[in-house]
Amino acid sequence: MHLKYESQLREPLVYGDKNYHQVTEDIVRPIEAKPTRLWYIGFYIAVCLLLFGVYAIYRDVTYGIGQWNLNKTVGWGWDITNFVWWVGIGHAGTLISAILLLFRQGWRTGVNRAAEAMTIFAVMCAGQFPIWHMGRVWMAFFVLPYPNSRGPLWVNFNSPLLWDVFAISTYFTVSLLFWYSGLLPDFATVRDRAFTKLRKRLYGVAAFGWTGSTKHWQRHESLSLVLAGLSTPLVLSVHTIVSFDFATSVIPGWHTTIFPPYFVAGAIFSGFAMVQSLMVIIRKVFAMEDYITMGHIVAMNKVIVLTGSIVGVAYLTELFMGWYSQNKYEGYTFWYSRAYLFSPYGWSYWGMMACNVLSPQIFWFRKMRRNIFVTFFMSIIVNIGMWFERFVIIVTSLYRDYLPSSWSVYYSPTIWEIGFYAGTFGLFFTCFFLFAKYFPVIAIAEIKYVLKTTGEGYKGRMDKIEAESLETFVHDHAH
Amino acid sequence: MAKKKFVIGCFDDEAVLFPAVKKVRTAGYKIHDVYTPFAVHGLDHAMGLRETSLHTAGFIYGITGTTTALSCISWIFTKDWPLNIGGKPHFALPAWIPITFELTVLFAAVGMVLTFCYLCQLAPFVKKHHFHARSTDDLFVMVIECTDKTNTDDLQAFLTAGGALETNVQVAEEGWWLGRYDQDEMPFETKEIVAA
Repeated sequence: MHLKYESQLREPLVYGDKNYHQVTEDIVRPIEAKPTRLWYIGFYIAVCLLLFGVYAIYRDVTYGIGQWNLNKTVGWGWDITNFVWWVGIGHAGTLISAILLLFRQGWRTGVNRAAEAMTIFAVMCAGQFPIWHMGRVWMAFFVLPYPNSRGPLWVNFNSPLLWDVFAISTYFTVSLLFWYSGLLPDFATVRDRAFTKLRKRLYGVAAFGWTGSTKHWQRHESLSLVLAGLSTPLVLSVHTIVSFDFATSVIPGWHTTIFPPYFVAGAIFSGFAMVQSLMVIIRKVFAMEDYITMGHIVAMNKVIVLTGSIVGVAYLTELFMGWYSQNKYEGYTFWYSRAYLFSPYGWSYWGMMACNVLSPQIFWFRKMRRNIFVTFFMSIIVNIGMWFERFVIIVTSLYRDYLPSSWSVYYSPTIWEIGFYAGTFGLFFTCFFLFAKYFPVIAIAEIKYVLKTTGEGYKGRMDKIEAESLETFVHDHAH
Repeated sequence: MAKKKFVIGCFDDEAVLFPAVKKVRTAGYKIHDVYTPFAVHGLDHAMGLRETSLHTAGFIYGITGTTTALSCISWIFTKDWPLNIGGKPHFALPAWIPITFELTVLFAAVGMVLTFCYLCQLAPFVKKHHFHARSTDDLFVMVIECTDKTNTDDLQAFLTAGGALETNVQVAEEGWWLGRYDQDEMPFETKEIVAA
């Protein structure tokens, strides 16, 4: 007999006494219903932002990136800040789908689909910044190593910036494959209950002819497991490599060995915050409180308080090392440019400290972890804080360099720099609105898989099993 | 490809499906496939399917990526264009680890997904016969291949006794073809039917 038992002490992952068909109904309903007025409003706002971003990029290509307020001293500003910020956000999806799969965390099933989608869209946004920052973007293909007529002049394989090209493009490809292979069975579900010809045809193409054959499922499970195993070191490597962009330089404030773990923790931190913001909205708008439960939100809040504290330890370690190393440049960067509140950018450092380290500590309180409003508010705060973190790292290290004569006047972005950033928000939310409307936002097949173990209705009937003696239990249920 | 005749039994509970699979196999019928809405663990063993070796393929693709990265980079940096970077060694293995790792993962992932699609005949515009519309929703659909000697009535009664909610007989194409899901008719002529 197939053993389907989980302790009643664990919170159910699916509320209500549902059967398989109801799970399908609940999750496919938003796809089959007409979009609400709210969806249209949100979608139009997103498209407008996207168009503004496109115009900002058009100006960037036409006039050059001189229209950004970057100068010789502050050569990286909002653009690379935004790049690192988006890449960081793009880490939660694969973390949830891969690392939590390997750790057998059942609660990932409710949120993994939307989190993976978020990852893909966030990495798409992140990729824009280094590409358009190149200025002469029509030369972008120079970063690819291929035999060429320029010597052949190869790329520098010893450069972290090139590692980044490989890391980000691999991460995007693998995340996309992982996400889409998981979507195939769910597209088949949508296809088989389609009520219009067009719908049946489109979802028929999207589902690749999936039938649900046992052999296919067996291979699918093997594929998911190996992809999860591959993605786990991958997700850690990607932000490690992003941190190498800074850590391998000789700029005070960047040249530190704790960057890789510190960046990875920060990435998970901001990624979970973004997942949290989106999940709180999705469960409300699509009435999916039964699938994205309070248990899911609490679990993510716990990850947020953990990673927020790790990031806090990293900030304090940096400050300590700034003093302990007795290196004047390090000391100046950490204790004047950053930690001194009245230095030109002191506000950004303390904004970062307040948002990332202090405020998430509120989640030590059970009542706060279980409060939807606090969760949503904190998820926004954390994302603001993580943006500040990247801004602090980049700008406060750059604006006063080794040579005081080249110290920068106060750097602040132009409207086109901000517009580009706004445009990536547009891109992200345009994609996310389309995803929410046309894709199953929760992995239907995976929910069905855990339904009889962790569904509320099924757990409720486990009393009988719990009352049994161990011998009877083993006799009746073990293979 | 030839069309074949199948007997279909639909179950709504995996707890009923497992003993039924066992009974059908003991009775000597050939289970063509069981279509399920999600991965039912242990069903592959119950049906006597062998383990997939997809992960072995993944390993081979992975080491292909590793060797591709290492051989290409070392050839480029030591033979083709030995770039002098601050007098540092041309063969700078530690600096190549990130790209080698990324290519290992990339080759393994892309290769495995393509192999998966190839083995399961999954691609856009591929169409296959669908035995029951609810097999991707809430039914576990057992499909048994008939031979010349199979008595379909007996088999249907046998399945019903085993707990099947619904049984029927279908003559169907077992392979795949290019087609659209909004058009139900087959794109080619029905030539031979393995008679009952």
